[in-house]
Amino acid sequence: MKIMVAVKRVVDYAVKIRIKPDKSGVETQNVKMSMNPFCEIALEEALKIKESGLAKEVVAVTMGPSNCVDTLRTGLAMGADRGIHVEAARDLVPLSVAKVLKKLVEVENPGFLILGKQAIDDDCNQTGQMIAALLGWPQGTFASKVVLDKEKQVATVDREVDGGLETLCLDLPAVITTDLRLNQPRYATLPNIMKAKSKPIKRYTPEELNVEIKSDLEVVQVTEPPKRKAGVILSSVDELIDKLKNEAHVI
Amino acid sequence: ASTLVLAEHEGGSIKAQSLSAVVAANSLSQDNPVSLLLAGSGSSLHQASEKAATCHPSISQVLVADSEEFAYPLAEPWAKLIQLVQLKGDYSHVIATSDSFGKNILPRAAALLDVSPVTDVVDINGPRQFISSSLQLEYYTPHAHFSYIPDTGIRYGYQETGQALHQKYFGVRSTSTSWLLVKGHRALILNCVEVCRPIYAGNALCTVRYTGANPCMLTVRSTSFPVPPISVDSKSGGASISEVDLSTLDEDSVGKSRFIKLSSQDTGRPDLGSAKIVVTGGRALKSAENFKMIEKLAEKLGAAVGATRAAVDAGFVPNDLQVGQTGKIVAPELYMAFGVSGAIQHLAGMKDSKIIVAVNKDSDAPIFQVADYGLVGDLFEVIPELLEKLPEKK
Repeated sequence: MKIMVAVKRVVDYAVKIRIKPDKSGVETQNVKMSMNPFCEIALEEALKIKESGLAKEVVAVTMGPSNCVDTLRTGLAMGADRGIHVEAARDLVPLSVAKVLKKLVEVENPGFLILGKQAIDDDCNQTGQMIAALLGWPQGTFASKVVLDKEKQVATVDREVDGGLETLCLDLPAVITTDLRLNQPRYATLPNIMKAKSKPIKRYTPEELNVEIKSDLEVVQVTEPPKRKAGVILSSVDELIDKLKNEAHVI
Repeated sequence: ASTLVLAEHEGGSIKAQSLSAVVAANSLSQDNPVSLLLAGSGSSLHQASEKAATCHPSISQVLVADSEEFAYPLAEPWAKLIQLVQLKGDYSHVIATSDSFGKNILPRAAALLDVSPVTDVVDINGPRQFISSSLQLEYYTPHAHFSYIPDTGIRYGYQETGQALHQKYFGVRSTSTSWLLVKGHRALILNCVEVCRPIYAGNALCTVRYTGANPCMLTVRSTSFPVPPISVDSKSGGASISEVDLSTLDEDSVGKSRFIKLSSQDTGRPDLGSAKIVVTGGRALKSAENFKMIEKLAEKLGAAVGATRAAVDAGFVPNDLQVGQTGKIVAPELYMAFGVSGAIQHLAGMKDSKIIVAVNKDSDAPIFQVADYGLVGDLFEVIPELLEKLPEKK
């Protein structure tokens, strides 16, 4: 079985973001970029499945401008066998990403598709659900545990839902989106980083895949969230109880 | 405009957050009849649908889908159901709450309908109108005619299908009056929606304009659309209740996923998402044993218990208590944080709380920058003192 993993290049999670003065978006020039943390978890899970002998190949896919290849190389250094880069000049909405992925699935024919549950830049949390719909595959979103049964061709998935953990059984092929607790992604070692340089990356354009890229969403503006007023530092528990009771009227 | 709200029910009642989605629908447009879609099976579904019919004045219709397929919230049949109902009702908007239920299902339904949904909406700017009579960049194909409105990027047009001229908008299409023919020239009045949503874990707010075809699909944060107290005259009869005809429900992807179990901790405390008071503990609690102090305090206040990601990862409490961008988003009247440093991810999940209290040993902890009342001190001294001095809950 082949596993396909989608990875996205985003502003590194540790970077404090800056909003552009013209409010058109968030500054990404001269900012440290990394693989989306949820995508790292997705790739780690695919690699673990491969190492347990349940899959033969892991293919990492990314979309975006040419510098997204860096993220793909990171994925190859972590252990993906090969990469696919779909060139796109601008940000793609999740629906477009899902349409491109669908075409790639038709070309590559993977038995399992793993994505992060959301990217930490736009926080959309949509792509996995959408590609599952377009393929007519079952979905296991927000996964914190995935167990594959090759004999029965099913995956048992624990999902992090409001109010606990939900367990589902999905027929393969299926789409999984990962939550933070699924695993601890590995670091790429130096020898593997060197090896990754010679791993193959195939390039496509959306036109070659016959996908029309459109966006029905226009960014009007990006702004700072309202700041809370700084409060007061109190000196004692008595004072706190008094404030809560007589000033805030919340207890 | 007309809106379909995907509602959740439990124990024969509509969940409170689903009413927030109705409130959000109201802010889209004043003339906006809401159809509430309820699915499930058995008597509790019908109980819930009867209650739903009288629970909010703007609900004009309750649609009930009764089938074993909907006994559990599986995305595959539910997304198909939304598609089926949308194709029949041609709603201008479809809204769900952005909890794990809505986020799982709505994007799947959107893909089936070939539209781009918007996640985590915290504000709706209401219907905006764009009026344009000077159109440029028109081009024709044998079957279609498109126009672009300068400066807006919005395009619209119509397509010929078969013999009849079928009007199809490629821009915002809301009602049949949304475009006019004026003396042979097209003038366009577009109604469109602008919504605001957090990005980068709440470190920025992004206003987006939806310019796609119907329906505009949104998941909304229930904490951003509080439900005002409503006096409903039960004698008015309320909304009509009708069963959804499921005979055409496509079986394609249904049955490929099966529900096994839901493991949850039933504590008898109020639900974290809707509690008026939330007491949260961080890593500084040091152990699961110590975390019980937080639970005791919560009991005394009639509050829900929350935890930071660090506390959950350290194994003090299960992950369904996690407050933050990747956990629950809460906005109670009182939020009390003990031993919480105030990581960005955590703040994103609680900074809309009305009153924030922070207790931390480190006076430089970022949590103090958002707290209304801060107390620099050792939580192992403060909590016992609070337990002793706080009044019994009402």
